[in-house]
This record gives sequence, C-alpha cells and structure tokens, in this order.
Amino acid sequence: MSDDRSLDRKKAVPAIVGDPKDLLIVCGLAGASKDMAHLTNDGDNIFTMAGAMGGATALGLGLALSRPDKKVLVVTGDGELLMNVGTLATVGILKPANLSILCVDNGHYGETGYQESHTQRGVNLELIAQGSAIPNTRTIDREEQIPEAKKILRDSNGTSFILLKVNTEPPPSIKRSMDATERKVAFRRALLGIA
Amino acid sequence: MISEYGGQETWQEDLYSLLRSNDVELFCYVPDGGHKTLINKSIEDPEVISVPLTTEEEGVAMCAGAHLGGTKSVLLMQSSGVGNCVNMFALIKNGQFPFVTVVTMRGEFGEMNPWQVPMGQGVQPVVEAMGMHCLRAETPKEVSPTVQAALDMAYKSNQSVAVLLTQKLIGAKPF
Repeated sequence: MSDDRSLDRKKAVPAIVGDPKDLLIVCGLAGASKDMAHLTNDGDNIFTMAGAMGGATALGLGLALSRPDKKVLVVTGDGELLMNVGTLATVGILKPANLSILCVDNGHYGETGYQESHTQRGVNLELIAQGSAIPNTRTIDREEQIPEAKKILRDSNGTSFILLKVNTEPPPSIKRSMDATERKVAFRRALLGIA
Repeated sequence: MISEYGGQETWQEDLYSLLRSNDVELFCYVPDGGHKTLINKSIEDPEVISVPLTTEEEGVAMCAGAHLGGTKSVLLMQSSGVGNCVNMFALIKNGQFPFVTVVTMRGEFGEMNPWQVPMGQGVQPVVEAMGMHCLRAETPKEVSPTVQAALDMAYKSNQSVAVLLTQKLIGAKPF
C-alpha cells in the first residue's frame, strides 16, 4: 500500500500515451489538461477543459460515436471523473471500440489545495469501471506495467479504462488556450476541414 | 384543450422526421413519457445512435463532443433535467457550440405533482441565464416550425436553443 502512489504523472502519462499525433484527445479540467496540453503542445487534435467539471468522459464519448474511424482518448483526473461517475455506465452500455479512458488518479483535488479525494479514502474507480461493463480495465501503479497499459489503450477491441495511480507531484506547467471557441474551431478545421 | 398525458400523436412522428431530415444522427435522452415516440423511433432507426443517459448533463457534453466530430445531435429531456445541466451549459457557451435540446415541460399548466413545479418554473430563467435561447411550442402545429427554427439557429448561427414542449401541448400527468 505504501508503494501504490509512487509514479510521477509527468513521466507516466507521456509513457502510456506515446505519440499523441494519431489520437483525438479530450481532457478534463486541471491536471489532466495540463498533462496532455504539454505533451501535444496544445495541438489541434486536443480539446482541453478548464471548467464544466464532470463532462470530459461524455464529451469524449460523443466524439468517439461521431468518429468511429479515429481513436479517441479521454484523459481526466479522479476528481473530475467522480463528479459524473455515472458516465462510465453510459460508456459501458455502448462500449465504443475506439474510446479509451485514462484516469490520472492522484487521490487529491490538486487545483484547490490538494484536499483528499474519495479515491484516497478507499474508492476504486477501476472497480466502478468494471462494474459499469467497460470491457478492458487495469490499474497501473508500477513502472513495469506501463507497456501493458499503453497496449490496452491503443489496441483494445472495445472500450478501455486505465486507472493510473500517481503521487501528488504537480502536472507540467504550460500556458494553454482556455478559449474553447478557438479550440473548437481549430479542432474541427484539423479534423473536418471546416470551422 | 389539454392533451391526454403521454398521448403520442402525429406531431411526434412528424418531429422525428424533421430531426432526421435535418441530419440529426445522435439522440441523447433520459427516459420520458412525453418523448416516448422520439425515443422509440431513434432506438429503432439503424441510421442513428440513440443513447440513454444516467443524467442529462452527460448529454450536453456528448452533443458538444459529437459536434467536434461533425455529427448533429439533439438532447431530449424533461424540465427537471434542465436543472441537472446548468454547469455543463458553460461548455456550450464558452465553446459557442451549436446545441438543441427539446424539453418536455412539467410543473406548469395543470400540474398535479408539486415536486415538478419548482423546476418547471425555473427552466426558462435558467436556460436564458446560461445564454441559451428559449422557444416555446404550445400547440401541435407549432412544434415542427419551432424545432426547425432551433436547428437553423444552432447549426447555421452557432446558437444554443432549448425548445420547450409546453404542458398545454403534452398534457398534465394525472395524480
């Protein structure tokens, strides 16, 4: 138990995601958005949030249903996912093969002063994902598991859910655009060729 | 005249055809008696994706995600569901996402369940406070033109629109 939050998100998230270029990426507010904006240089294949807490998984689900030809990755935190954990059940009844969810679980609300989240107090989001009928789930808390996590996120035939347990080291700092309209237009222009 | 509650009439069939002729391909809903025809037709239609939600705010975010991918969508909900969506409307407003929700109203004309009244009264002020347009349909004749107006405002002018199917139109559920 002492060991299960030893991974640093700044290393573990890029290692699991790998080359982000071929993915469509949706990120929940705060840490997860910073992790992924840093990895993609806030590129046109990523839509990050800085509010609308609890919406990231549903946003990614809508995108995945719209674009079954593309791999959609949702990256979000434990707090963001807990706010609308029922969305896992909606994902579970549909199981889009092109949707993967990476929950970066540091057990805390980092943005508001590192108050403990429910996952620090015994709540297991992987079991909730399993119970929500999501077919491929794993908890990753050691470096040697990272290649397996990467394979599951990339190759699963059916929705995958990775619970990545990390320590409370902060996400990378990056100045990302918080203009959701500008991000939407850039995303659609890159994907669809239209605004 | 008040309709029989939950009565499924031709305007509901027409509304489904209208949504489909406007290329709406994603139907998100929380089960609701007033939307029964639309929901069932979307489930039976192999050309669309029909998604039951655990809470209405999921549908708000799903519709935004679908737009990122180029798919038109609609969120079907009851007036009580609007209350579950308020913070998620920030995503729609900040992103200027086109968004159409069709809301069956409870808690207004002839309501017999007091628990429906507060949110019934709150719907219009709440959606307008969040920057959305609110259009009301009071008679069967008004439904299709009102929803068409909403779809045009959304997908041609990047507006978000709630169409309220009023209780005068759908009837009051007996208690």
